[in-house]
Amino acid sequence: MANHPIISIKDLTYTYAATETPALRNINLTINEGEYVSLLGLNGSGKTSLLLCLNGIIPNMMMGEFEGSVVVDGFDTTEVPVRELAKLVGMVFDNPEFQISQWSIAEEIALGLENLGISPNEMVKRIRDMLEVVGLPRFEERSPWALSGGQQQRVSIASALAMYPKILVMDEPTSNLDPIGKEEVFQVANNLNLEKKMTIVVAEHEVEVMAAYADRIILMDNGEIILNGTPEEVFSQVDRFEKIGLRVPQVTAVTKNLEEAKKIKALKKYPVTVDQFYSLVNGLI
Amino acid sequence: MTKPIIECQGLTHIYKNTVVAVDNLNLKVLPGEVVGIIGQNGSGKTTLVKHFNGLLKPTKGKVLIDGRDTTTMKIQELAKTVGYVFQNPNQQLFAKTVESELEFGPRNIGCSEEEVIERREHAIEFFGLENIRLSHPYRIGFPLRKLVGMASIYTMKPKIYIVDEPTTGQDHITTKRVNNLINKLRDEGATIICVAHDMILLADIAQRMIVMKDSKIILDGKMKEVFLNFETIKSTHITPPQVTEVSRVLLQNKKIGKDDLCLTIPEMTTLLKKKIK
Repeated sequence: MANHPIISIKDLTYTYAATETPALRNINLTINEGEYVSLLGLNGSGKTSLLLCLNGIIPNMMMGEFEGSVVVDGFDTTEVPVRELAKLVGMVFDNPEFQISQWSIAEEIALGLENLGISPNEMVKRIRDMLEVVGLPRFEERSPWALSGGQQQRVSIASALAMYPKILVMDEPTSNLDPIGKEEVFQVANNLNLEKKMTIVVAEHEVEVMAAYADRIILMDNGEIILNGTPEEVFSQVDRFEKIGLRVPQVTAVTKNLEEAKKIKALKKYPVTVDQFYSLVNGLI
Repeated sequence: MTKPIIECQGLTHIYKNTVVAVDNLNLKVLPGEVVGIIGQNGSGKTTLVKHFNGLLKPTKGKVLIDGRDTTTMKIQELAKTVGYVFQNPNQQLFAKTVESELEFGPRNIGCSEEEVIERREHAIEFFGLENIRLSHPYRIGFPLRKLVGMASIYTMKPKIYIVDEPTTGQDHITTKRVNNLINKLRDEGATIICVAHDMILLADIAQRMIVMKDSKIILDGKMKEVFLNFETIKSTHITPPQVTEVSRVLLQNKKIGKDDLCLTIPEMTTLLKKKIK
């Protein structure tokens, strides 16, 4: 499959109104259709601001100074209304309760669709289908308030998916969830990526999970992209992570320690998952 | 024998006469222990710990704090012994400056004005809050606000800290800072009960771990012993630290023994340095 860029960002610098330092500096980034991309960085490094540029909230609904260009599926975000971009880019935030407003799950999902002028019959079909996709079949008439956090977050994902977006953007979608909830959300995102070839862009702190799922890791610091590559390429820069106060997967850190102790030969790329690490040490002990 | 500082005898809690949230539970915690309590939401963790500071009273059974039955103690008395650090600091903080936030507790339990100031200053130093002492608690970032929440409990000098999800949604720097603070509290002799999903945090601070499922304690012991119950741990959907997962695979392939199970990066580094010739 030829790489088809679905997001293309050029020389993007953004400064929020009434602030002096840019939240995003000189961002150049291309994301291809079907990629699973993870954004890492400290709180305040610019992850959320970058995600808000993808659906046009920045600059269209925020005051501030915007330079450069963001093109999503061929549309320049400064030229297309946000409601059009909402069809292309589904957004899921960190706190599912902030996104929920209706008394039934069907109404919750219908809310976004009504704004798009979709017929009632089509709505019913999409709601049914998307609840299947997120593993909540026949949940239409239930109250979103009676769900667990993981289930609520999956309703948020279903709401985003019902618009048939090409890209699913998630901002720390599991930080308020328990382990089952986290597992559920990551599973759904992974299935969408593998089976529906959905492009996924997610900001997360869970490096071991991202090492297992993402095709590409982007590390941000002070509004800039400082590393961009496969999980193995990026996490191998252990020192860069430590310098800004982030960690790498545990097996990657252990590998570096073993390399420094000359217990293994020098590696260009360190393992990032349990399986990769096991194949490295299996023959040695 | 050391007397337990927390003791539950046949503790049962039933909400609204129907939902059994904690089911006939027996538990002893000794002074100075750092105990992690884990389990899915709804497993009974929060209901259990809310009995320690008297927010809930048993439906059946007894809870003894420092040897005294909580049903016979006033909330104010309990507050001096047991501090509860909320998961969400917004539920806890209400003053206009960090300083006045830290004065509230001591003043409320009847400390002299001199003592109030002394405790406030001690907390500012202990938690490293000098730069934000005059800030509004809602104007500082979420991670710092959490530290202020912890500091405001510290001013009460409780013997027992209940810390609910101290690192949720935090980046690595803040998590490390919280780790160090919890270890410092332990060094001062405090007993710490930490309710958390973050296994890497618990591996760094807790000696003992309690796993709850369906309103009962299903595992209780040293952290390593607990994690050796691979199937039970898996049934609770708890994700062990990545190095513990590697240990499990090495153990299954008979590359290491049971005593070699690792919970942290330094442990696994030391083990493999020894194993690789």
